[in-house]
Amino acid sequence: MKGFWRDAVEFFPILMNGVALTIVVTVGSLLLSTVLGLVWAMMRVSGIKALSMLSASLINVIRGIPIIVLLFYLYFVMPDLGVTLSALQAAILGLGIAYSAYQAENFRAGIEAIDKGQIEAAQSIGMGWWLTMRRVVLPQAVRIVLPPYGNVMIMMLKDSSQASTITVAELALQGKLIASSTFKNTSVFTLVALMYLTMSIPLILLVRHFEKRAGKR
Amino acid sequence: MIELNDVHKSFGKVEVLKGINASVQKGEVVCIIGPSGSGKSTILRCINGLESYDRGEISVEGLKVDRDAPSIVNIRTQVSMVFQRFNLFPHRTALENVVEGPLYVKKESRAAALERGRTLLAQVGLAEKADAHPPQLSGGQQQRVAIARALAMQPKAILFDEPTSALDPELVGDVLGVMRKLADDGMTMVVVTHEMGFARDVADRVLFIDGGVIVEQGLAKALLNQPQHPRTQDFLRRVLHPL
Repeated sequence: MKGFWRDAVEFFPILMNGVALTIVVTVGSLLLSTVLGLVWAMMRVSGIKALSMLSASLINVIRGIPIIVLLFYLYFVMPDLGVTLSALQAAILGLGIAYSAYQAENFRAGIEAIDKGQIEAAQSIGMGWWLTMRRVVLPQAVRIVLPPYGNVMIMMLKDSSQASTITVAELALQGKLIASSTFKNTSVFTLVALMYLTMSIPLILLVRHFEKRAGKR
Repeated sequence: MIELNDVHKSFGKVEVLKGINASVQKGEVVCIIGPSGSGKSTILRCINGLESYDRGEISVEGLKVDRDAPSIVNIRTQVSMVFQRFNLFPHRTALENVVEGPLYVKKESRAAALERGRTLLAQVGLAEKADAHPPQLSGGQQQRVAIARALAMQPKAILFDEPTSALDPELVGDVLGVMRKLADDGMTMVVVTHEMGFARDVADRVLFIDGGVIVEQGLAKALLNQPQHPRTQDFLRRVLHPL
């Protein structure tokens, strides 16, 4: 135990560099997946067949490819096509695209859960599609969507570790590098696990808060 | 101002409207009565384009109703709708519900819209509920807010789709009172209803619809007191003397 604390003090600063990158990757891909997910969901519920079918196939293609393969594709294959991305860019882009499919399905479920009478009421006062979405449907869908959205945040935090496979030195990779050079596997990976857990707990509490609020109505 | 000319409408294989011909003059109150599933609500929903129709033509002030044409927005701002289940926006206060259309569809100034919104809420007897959210209001209060929301568009006509059917019996009177006042003020109204008392006292004309056709129509008192068609007679007997 004493050894663990000594190791912890020694490795903590290096691991914190990893934490910083983990947060950058998570936040970056969360934002990207949210925007893309909203776009896919809007296309899906637009009522325009071509858009809705395009979005449905996109979502299925994205869902059908493992995140790690998507990352390899962006980082190793794109340069052959003339697009060179830094490891960090590829990680954010890859995770963002991968998770946009889940976000889209979540958003769509939230939008479709809104009572049809709400949409008719909006139409009956002359609102068009976009105004109905913006003023009536989306504000109500947010309440429904937030709890699962919080869960996606937790999953993305953990899945940001997959960026290690394309050399982004986030928390998991920092841990692996320290472990392989010091052989202090137990200390290092316990520390890494605890640090992920520490970052997850505020998110878990946030989800609980969202769920309570959604249950109120 | 509202004309229906040989309007047909099917849901899948079921033909719910089989050639409806009717017209509503400016300032007129027309009640549509008839058994459930006879197509009453569908007529209203076709007039402001919530439903499409298959054949015939509906026009409002000479403008053809086509739910896929841009002109539908114009029609909807002239012909408001009040729903059976109120359909207020639950995430907005009573006053916000009322001014939503004026602010975001008609782009009126905030101050003017809010002022008229408060006046309208007072007019339906809910001045003190301006900041309440719909779930905090009773059904009757919600429906009166919905009427204020319809009025806020300054429509030329209002369509009421069974406005009291979802209300507890003791709350029906408040809503009917507001509607009667509107009728007295000369508002053009088309009301689908089961309230025969309201139809008799307030309506100018009554249409009796059954099986997707207008079986009988006429002046309200005459039709309700001396129905000519056997189906009208049968329907009215069942509604007025259910036991």
